[in-house]
Amino acid sequence: MNLHEYQARDILRRHGIPVPPGEVASRPAEARAIAERLGGTVVVKAQVHAGGRGKAGGVKLADGADAAKAAASAILGMTIKGLTVQKVLIAPAAAIASESYVGIIVDRASQRPVLMVSPAGGIDIEEVAAKTPEQIHRLAIDPRYGLLSHQALALGFTLYRDVKQARAAADIMQKLYVAVYAVGASLAEINPLVTTPDGSVQALDAKISIDDNELERRPEIAALRDLSAEAPAEVAARVAGLTFIKLDGNVGCCVNGAGLAMATMDLVKYYGGEPANFLDIGGSSNPQKVVSALQIITGDPNVKAILFNIFGGITRGDDVATGIVQATKEFPLKVPIVIRLTGTNEGEGIAILKRAGFAALADMDEAVKQAVAKAKGKAA
Amino acid sequence: MSVFIDQTTRLVVQGITGRDGSFHAKQMIAYGTKVVAGVTPGKGGQRFEDAVPVFNSVAEAVHESEANTAVIYVPAAVAASAIFEAADSGIGLIVCITEGIPVLDMTRVLPYVHERGARLIGPNCPGLISPGKSKVGIIPGNICKPGKIGVVSRSGTLTYEIIHQLSTNGFGQSTCVGIGGDPLIGTNFIHCLAAFEADPETAAVVMIGEIGGTDEQQAAEFVKSEMKKPVVGFIAGQTAPPGRRMGHAGAIISGSSGTAAEKMAALATARISVMKRPADVVPLLKERL
Repeated sequence: MNLHEYQARDILRRHGIPVPPGEVASRPAEARAIAERLGGTVVVKAQVHAGGRGKAGGVKLADGADAAKAAASAILGMTIKGLTVQKVLIAPAAAIASESYVGIIVDRASQRPVLMVSPAGGIDIEEVAAKTPEQIHRLAIDPRYGLLSHQALALGFTLYRDVKQARAAADIMQKLYVAVYAVGASLAEINPLVTTPDGSVQALDAKISIDDNELERRPEIAALRDLSAEAPAEVAARVAGLTFIKLDGNVGCCVNGAGLAMATMDLVKYYGGEPANFLDIGGSSNPQKVVSALQIITGDPNVKAILFNIFGGITRGDDVATGIVQATKEFPLKVPIVIRLTGTNEGEGIAILKRAGFAALADMDEAVKQAVAKAKGKAA
Repeated sequence: MSVFIDQTTRLVVQGITGRDGSFHAKQMIAYGTKVVAGVTPGKGGQRFEDAVPVFNSVAEAVHESEANTAVIYVPAAVAASAIFEAADSGIGLIVCITEGIPVLDMTRVLPYVHERGARLIGPNCPGLISPGKSKVGIIPGNICKPGKIGVVSRSGTLTYEIIHQLSTNGFGQSTCVGIGGDPLIGTNFIHCLAAFEADPETAAVVMIGEIGGTDEQQAAEFVKSEMKKPVVGFIAGQTAPPGRRMGHAGAIISGSSGTAAEKMAALATARISVMKRPADVVPLLKERL
């Protein structure tokens, strides 16, 4: 789960990292009041889960409260990379002497949290890694001891020659490391970390992603989720205990298991079709989940055929079949359905489907071929 | 022979009285796995299915029943703790089926397990099976057949699909290992490939990877420099969009790295025969054997 900039700034502030003032507004009048309180020139920034906000016109400077209100009116409601802007952050336009980067990610290769620091800040770190990798300093942190002071200071000196600034940066790094474990972040970035003309070091912009597996034990973090930033079908799927990702094709896929779900999408493409979605009904055997899955798939007007690919292990074929039959009693499918069902309780499942007038296939390739043909409006 | 588990495997089931643990303990016993103990704190002294002694702790279970392998079915909130406990009790092989362990917990678990000389398989995995000998986890025993193919995979049901293709076409398996779909796991492709290379009864290996991370690329390097046995590989997620977590916590394309295309190219340069679809596994193995 990604947090908005204003939410990430709040977390940093609570962990003692210096963050410039700033408040969030969802209406232009609120933006005006905040700008008035802050005084002087402010920056109005769109709060959406998308990079490149500046280029898209989602970040504007405003000289005074009326200008801030105008900027907020222009940005609120704007669409950036398919996402509608619901909130803006209003912060003082800081005078900046230098920009750098500090970030912590959980690194798969070293299996540790890795601190990354670069004097090339204010731009995407992936771009720095591609063009000038020598400008990035990395340290794998031993979670038993945490980020040690001398390690942080050594990295602080890669950013600043001045010992006071290097110490300030080191302190920020140690606090960021504590924040990562405190909120359950899989990524936490300060970009840019700036120095002001008076020499202070501050976190100007921040990005935090939370490991979804942390949310159950951290309700206060889970409450930060912005449902408006997600596709409604994906929200509905999560509530139903399904994993669903919408894609652009017309073959609606319903599969048990993430790996098989990906392989099914790939096979749809292999046979000349385009998958409409990734959907994993998970390992449990619950007919209601299948009903929810069909509701979500049929809610996509692009879907021209539905493909079930079930290889029963924990998932039982009779439960899936019951769910399909139940769903068709509750609402019309409107488009053809192709069912591949094998594994645990396949005999019982196929019998249930037959009684309701559905056929089931045993072979994955055959099922995918038929679904692709039906989506193209051909008789399979 | 086989890798990691065989007839000498003596299994303790952590969470044996829970919903998933009890169901799969019965399945493992029915398959012939030597389930020698169960653990559920507070239920020590009971017997599971009138046969398997239940203990309050893994340490007691090991002391009383000489278990050498543990399988974990406890909920995600206490799964990291269950791995710590197994490692502390002298268990050599720990298999964690549980999905949903926070990755930051795993940054603490993995060094702990490693320092105690134990091997962890998973978490978020289907476990492993040496057909005809022992099954630890949830892989359906009826789709497997004894034979000479080693299978290693990051997935669950996709692995069943490929095992099914193998078994129905006359290719039995020495051992099938599901290493798990999380970003931080105890046993990776290279560990399994090395074990299969050293196992005299394994003639060829099927590896099933997916998008996210660089484990498959490193495995390809290993195959190129260290393996003589033929390897056939598959990568799931060729149509996955970047930046989205595809069900498995570890299946995410970050920026331009971790794509299926990049991984398939890495496998191909290591003389690994790359499947375009699961059904290619049999013809490619026939070519290589």
